Amino acid sequence: MNSFVRDSSIVFRRQIRMNLRNPAWVLIGVMQPVLYLLLFGPLLKPVVRTFPGFDGNEFTFLVPGLLVQLGLFGAFFAGFGLIAEWREGVVEAERVTPASRTALLCGRLLRDLAQLLVQAVILVALGYVMGLRGSFGGIVVGIVLTLLIGGACAAASNALALTTKSEDVMAPLINMIMMPVLLLSGILLPMTLGPAWLQNTSDFMPFRWIVDGVRDAFTGDLGTSGVLWGTTWAAALFVVALWWGTSVFRRDDA
Amino acid sequence: MIEARGLVQTFHTGQGRKKRPVHAVSGVDLDVAEGEVVGFLGPNGAGKTTTLRMLVTLLKPTAGTARVAGYDVAREPTQVRRSIGYVSQTGGVFSSARAGEEVMDHGMLYGLSRSQVETRGKELFEQLQLDGLWERMPKNMSGGQKRRLDIVAGLIHDPTLVFLDEPTTGLDPQARANLWEHIAKLRSERGATVFLTTHYLDEADVLSDRIVIIDQGRIVASDTADNLKAQVSGDLVDLEVADAGQVAVARDKLASIATQVEVDDRHVRGRVQRAGRAIPSLLRDLEAAAVSLDSIEVARPTLDDVFLTLTGRSLRDAESAADGPGADAETELEGATS
Repeated sequence: MNSFVRDSSIVFRRQIRMNLRNPAWVLIGVMQPVLYLLLFGPLLKPVVRTFPGFDGNEFTFLVPGLLVQLGLFGAFFAGFGLIAEWREGVVEAERVTPASRTALLCGRLLRDLAQLLVQAVILVALGYVMGLRGSFGGIVVGIVLTLLIGGACAAASNALALTTKSEDVMAPLINMIMMPVLLLSGILLPMTLGPAWLQNTSDFMPFRWIVDGVRDAFTGDLGTSGVLWGTTWAAALFVVALWWGTSVFRRDDA
Repeated sequence: MIEARGLVQTFHTGQGRKKRPVHAVSGVDLDVAEGEVVGFLGPNGAGKTTTLRMLVTLLKPTAGTARVAGYDVAREPTQVRRSIGYVSQTGGVFSSARAGEEVMDHGMLYGLSRSQVETRGKELFEQLQLDGLWERMPKNMSGGQKRRLDIVAGLIHDPTLVFLDEPTTGLDPQARANLWEHIAKLRSERGATVFLTTHYLDEADVLSDRIVIIDQGRIVASDTADNLKAQVSGDLVDLEVADAGQVAVARDKLASIATQVEVDDRHVRGRVQRAGRAIPSLLRDLEAAAVSLDSIEVARPTLDDVFLTLTGRSLRDAESAADGPGADAETELEGATS
């Protein structure tokens, strides 16, 4: 077996084992979007009619946004676990083994993706029970986009963790990034409701395109420019974040 | 096993205009032969850990070269990593994971199979008195058990060269003595070459064949503990004179066979070569001069005396100086890079 794949899977299995010992965290991670779904979703019912293209179904509108939010928030906190490991010398111990340093990151990213997949399925299933409707293929594409963006955020979070090595620096930094992302991505309400200047501003927010892409995919239009743009942005962010993460893990003094 | 020439590590502290270089290690030469146990001794902040981190490929030398286990640390890091075991100050097993699984995962990163690491892991648990702790989480272990577990993880791939960074810091005396036995066995039973850093004199004295002393980023001595102690001129003889009026006489008598004679109240101290042979005649002289003593103490030179002789400071002074503002930057840096 290729040693890179082997090293990654050793790291992945170790991480998953620790996660499974504490499965509560997976559920805690999905709590926030589920609460939005249960307590905010019903508020959209009277207004969703005015959103273009949503046939009056508030959950078909809301779930894609919540998926992207899950990918953003859930994954961005992945780095905190890495800081704890670094502090206890685990990262250094792994770095004196002959294992590829990129594999040390990739194994962890795979764990983040596996966790995100479970959460995404829970969220979509719950949404379906509440009334979400969409094509199966479209939902799969939507979840794949979520995983791409989640992977990007997890890689960035791990890179940030190994650069700052401090929760006290990480937490405010993530907050500072997250707030504008959340507000300008149209996760809870479509940006098209806003005035022109706000819409124009949100054009510069990659995550808005991704939210739109996931929404289009859910409604079954896989050929729209929305899906194309969403996929392009998600893939681009994934590549950039992976490159950053890899270079931090390979750096001499990490 | 280790051959380092002119190793240099320079960090930069501060930002922008305040940026200034810190020379953590400035030109270290080291030679360690196969099967040797070498103690790397120096006060905190002397550059011990930084040197070690360059040798184990965690830090690229700013200048200089090092061959470890036959490979160049800068050009062939993977081969170096395959050949060495490294037990850092913090250890390397996660406190909330099961001990056995952590050791197995660590071993598998060396390319060993699951069954190989399980067999070896269980053997090592037994050898290092960790029987029955395979399933235990390190956070529920004693300090000594946790340290032994760290060593197990470092030995899982059967390295021929083992690096131990401050192996007994923070342990109680009993656990230290126990760990020393296990460290001694690394060579006596496994035939491993051992390179350990410590700022404890007794530890270096007990464990090592040879002691390398580093101070302010430079090697100041490298020899056996006995030879190093022999550099200090003689044993310390401390006479406590019964009558304060006879102190001057006692001082003259001691000065005839001793160097560095000093008087402190009723105590007269000096360094005497081979004190065991010189003392009987000294006592006869004192008796003839009617000087009576309350006590007499003879102490063999310690490594602290060696450090004092070499650097003009005692090791303890050097430690407390390391708490000052100058050394702070380096301590911080060692933390930031560890």
